[in-house]
Amino acid sequence: MSTLTQETPGAVGTPADRAAGLGFARYLVVRFLLIIPTVLILVSLVFLLMRLTGDPISAAFGDRLTPDQLQAKLHQAGYDRPLLTQYLDYLRSLATGDFGRTVTDNQPVTHVLGTYGAATVELACYALLVALVIGVPLGMVAASYRDRAPDAVLRLFAILTYATPVFFVGLLLKLVFAIRLGWLPASGRASTGVQLFLQDQTSTTGVYLIDALRSGDGTAITDVLRHAVLPGLALGLLVAGVLLRLVRTNLIGTLSAEYVEAARSRGVAPLRLVTRHATRPALIPVVTVLGLQVAGLLGGAVLTETTFEWRGLGYELAHYLTVRDFPAVQGIVALFAVVVAVTNFLVDVVAALIDPRVRY
Amino acid sequence: MALVLARRLPLRLRTGAGVQRAMLLTGLVLTGLFVLTALLGPLLAPHGYAQLRDGGGLFGSQQHPSGAHPLGTTISGYDVLSRTVWGARTALLIIVVALLLSVVPGTVLGLVSGYLGGKLDRLLVGLADALYAFPPLLLAILMSLVISGGRSSLVGGLGAAACSVAVSFIPQYFRVVRAEVIRVKGEPFVDAARVIGTGPWRIMTRHVLRNSVRTLPLIFTINASEAILTLAGLGFLGFGIEPNSAAEWGYDLNRAVADVTAGIWWTAIPPGLGIVLTVLGTTLLGEGLTDLADPRLRRRTGAPTLPTDGGGDDD
Repeated sequence: MSTLTQETPGAVGTPADRAAGLGFARYLVVRFLLIIPTVLILVSLVFLLMRLTGDPISAAFGDRLTPDQLQAKLHQAGYDRPLLTQYLDYLRSLATGDFGRTVTDNQPVTHVLGTYGAATVELACYALLVALVIGVPLGMVAASYRDRAPDAVLRLFAILTYATPVFFVGLLLKLVFAIRLGWLPASGRASTGVQLFLQDQTSTTGVYLIDALRSGDGTAITDVLRHAVLPGLALGLLVAGVLLRLVRTNLIGTLSAEYVEAARSRGVAPLRLVTRHATRPALIPVVTVLGLQVAGLLGGAVLTETTFEWRGLGYELAHYLTVRDFPAVQGIVALFAVVVAVTNFLVDVVAALIDPRVRY
Repeated sequence: MALVLARRLPLRLRTGAGVQRAMLLTGLVLTGLFVLTALLGPLLAPHGYAQLRDGGGLFGSQQHPSGAHPLGTTISGYDVLSRTVWGARTALLIIVVALLLSVVPGTVLGLVSGYLGGKLDRLLVGLADALYAFPPLLLAILMSLVISGGRSSLVGGLGAAACSVAVSFIPQYFRVVRAEVIRVKGEPFVDAARVIGTGPWRIMTRHVLRNSVRTLPLIFTINASEAILTLAGLGFLGFGIEPNSAAEWGYDLNRAVADVTAGIWWTAIPPGLGIVLTVLGTTLLGEGLTDLADPRLRRRTGAPTLPTDGGGDDD
């Protein structure tokens, strides 16, 4: 509880602290320790929710086993113990990095996380790239044409990217570019042949693009990239709209700042004014908001992966949910929680580095 | 609050700047159409949402759009137009339920936490931070498993989506209201009320709350959009509402994935457009309403023609 106490905005460090120059180090430590209660709350919530529905064994096999067999299996896995004991046990194994084994296909959950995590990271990177390439320049355009036609159109575009569910974007992209025009593959991370080829490589990262680049095989690289376009675009557009609006708002703010005004009066060209003078300070909040998008990105990844049969953690999560494999679900969700908590920590650190007022 | 907005709306439409005005107007029209469709659904839809046959026998599976079925039929043999129209009802229901479950607890907690401060405040802020970080869709999936084992009736699906949307939006109302309360409670008029012996509860509700809710309309509309999108996401993943309990756009899109691969467009586009237009409407409305709810902006835009309503929220 003491960590929570220190975290709140109200609890500012004493002036002596800051005078001693300990401010940032102290902030870093406190903020880092705060990851623990955050993750703990989320993991406990997931544990509780999953257990409210029953135990994993009955959920997965309930209808296929006799009561005696079920009882034996339950006893063997320890699910007949008091809930509190199970909970503490679960936390203890989590702390040692043991996520248990999946019920339906009996493999270590950490193995599932490792195998499919790479695919999700790859998809998220494509999406972030798309978002940056589309969102930042368009935001700059919108800000420079503030309240005129291009601005109105771009704002509408940003709202549309938010209003359209990522899976509907995915289906539309698929319908047009994969089915009607036949330009790009409709689903999967690579063609079957390329997939086998990539898995045959001596050391694989699981990130297909890296594996393909390392193999130096031109067909493999093209194939992997062609498969990445539509899913990356679908998920990326979701974040691009957020970025566009953010860049626009911040840029409008900095464009009216006094130092930009001064540059304008010195005769700096409008384009140079936007790109050289106003953009850098306007991008600072973008870094933090981009970090906060990670939670949304993970939710979007589950939907995008399902739409495009992109076999990452989101796709597997949906699969394990369908077969009621609770340890697997718990593991994946716990990992998501850790990722979100750690990104938020990094975001706060970056924010504190940039703006000393955040520290306490 | 809603009353104030309703009174100001015509004014805003007359005086707003071009783009804002167009956005607000479009938002109003889309939202109005959506609510009308939801309310009049049974009259507008040619068939029931779970109807597979009529006098002429079974509708048939994946029929092309035709006179009998203007938007064709789905793989399960439902009429696409009917299910899309009925889907508006489900969407309206989820908006209402999710808003109620989020606004009330979020506002009350933010008010109490911000006004009283202390240990409770710190605990609530920490909790809000933790929950805020959780992807609502994942929470919705877990909730749907808890509430109905993942195979949902109408109540189960709505409950799962509404609860999970509430979990991620209660912190948002909480934060906004708390920040506003902390700002407002230092104002002279609050001190004045305290000096003349007004009780804390009355100060909170009468003086602080009314001056702390001006940013809420935007969150309302985001909340409403997020409710629709979460329910649709849930349905798309196959954890939403069963087709014979209600028509739900996300579920219909889930069934349309295979159709798209076969080049069939009419099962995917109508329910998808339903989602897009509804969320677009509420979002545009929210953008337009934001400055409407701000008393300072309000006075500037409408000062000359303002009817005498004496700033009811500024006491």
